Amino acid sequence: MSEQIICSNAALGYEDGIVTEGLDFTVSSGDYLCILGENGSGKSTLIKALLGLKPQISGDIRFCGDFSAKDIGYLPQQTPVQRDFPASVEEIVLSGCLSKMGFLPFYRSAEKKIAAENMKQLGIEDIKKRCYRDLSGGQQQRVLLARALCAASKMLLLDEPVTGLDPIAQTELYEMIAKLNKKGITIIMVSHDISSAVKYASHILHISKKQLFFGTKADYVKSSVGRRFLESEVGGDE
Amino acid sequence: MNDIFSTLQYYFSHPFVVYALIVGLLIALCSSLLGVSLVLKRFSFIGDGLSHVAFGAMAVAAVTGVTNRMIIILPLTVLSAVLILRTGRNTKIRGDASVAMISVGALAIGYMLMNIFPVSSNISADVCGSLFGSTSILTLKQSDVWLCLAMSVVVLVFFVLFYNRIFSVTFDESFSKATGINSDGYNLMIAIITAIIIVIAMNLVGSLLISALIIFPALSAMRVFKSFKSVTICSAVISVVCAGTGIILSILCSTPVGATIVTADLGAFLIFSIIGTVMSKKRVK
Repeated sequence: MSEQIICSNAALGYEDGIVTEGLDFTVSSGDYLCILGENGSGKSTLIKALLGLKPQISGDIRFCGDFSAKDIGYLPQQTPVQRDFPASVEEIVLSGCLSKMGFLPFYRSAEKKIAAENMKQLGIEDIKKRCYRDLSGGQQQRVLLARALCAASKMLLLDEPVTGLDPIAQTELYEMIAKLNKKGITIIMVSHDISSAVKYASHILHISKKQLFFGTKADYVKSSVGRRFLESEVGGDE
Repeated sequence: MNDIFSTLQYYFSHPFVVYALIVGLLIALCSSLLGVSLVLKRFSFIGDGLSHVAFGAMAVAAVTGVTNRMIIILPLTVLSAVLILRTGRNTKIRGDASVAMISVGALAIGYMLMNIFPVSSNISADVCGSLFGSTSILTLKQSDVWLCLAMSVVVLVFFVLFYNRIFSVTFDESFSKATGINSDGYNLMIAIITAIIIVIAMNLVGSLLISALIIFPALSAMRVFKSFKSVTICSAVISVVCAGTGIILSILCSTPVGATIVTADLGAFLIFSIIGTVMSKKRVK
């Protein structure tokens, strides 16, 4: 288990203020880290920082060894633009390879091969000519997962991937992600869904305006933060 | 039938008619390619806003009396494109409102200038000409044709070379950014090129109807086709065919060029909508 990202005492935010601070956590190869927190707790800012799009205000976010921000495959939240976008599955998955191409204008056979392998891995090769907007929510997320894997194969960073999916599709997607994790891909998932986080993740990072908890799942369930959060979820709308 | 051919033959023996056709087809091609991206990014309004700015800029150019109006129109419109894109993001006035503001503002200033400093005795004809396209497409000089040709080549080369990246940025900006594609740069490029096309197209259809050239072919193609590549190609074909049909019809029936082209585009949109509806019904069965 080698470390990939070490975040020590980092504070994140914008010019006009700090969004979240005191972030201290480590992500190692093969981990399944779930980042929990309310809306506005700084989850999306943390994602930007991990992707190298937004430098931290203070503290340190360090990539270890030969690991870099380029090795992170990103699955953003769906935007309204995408729901009725006329694009085939293949076109979207291939676009994940663009980062590998430097200034080349067109895809080579190497990129097409990577795309084909990832479509096979996620079970979407038989729908590769279909139009993205005609797919079910679960299928769409698989397409975006395949694209993320084309961009980087060491780590996946998922931003609320199950939002808007029906319960069956949610479970399928969680199982798919768990399968990828077993193959050795590090997973970082931002989520609202605490019960699934506790079920699938190996580590939990719980943030509010500051870091509330970081550790293994087993410790989280026993911690006071975890207990409080779990109870409120179970007693809440579910 | 012979009548039609002899009329066309008569018209096409004049070089200015041939110029008009070449320029018209090129503009149609370029605007439709960009249109796909603009419509999908929900940027259709940019075309509309910029066309009004171009109208205002043209009034300014007319008043200053410079011989080559492009020197004023082009930079002003490109500048507005950049401004609209910037304000669309993170300012207090929201994107659509700021576009509306800039576009009606430019329209008002343009019309006012034309009235205060009349260039010719017939103001309403001047205004009507620049809003709805005039016969100016038939008065193109050879230099205009070269300019248009050069611009079209630039747009086409840009589009072909960056096709895959434009797709990626259009489909998913956050992902593109995360993988190191300079999506802000591409957005800026697209806005600038849109501004250039609008300025060139103003001669053809006039500033009020330019948006039609940009959005109709893309929307029509999207009714039927299912992949980005097929939508792009189809939209280019629709646009060129409609522009060609429009120009020839306008010669034969002596209708206004701009309005005829846009009507042809509208017709194509209706046809493709019907095809799209029929196809989706079949799929459900």
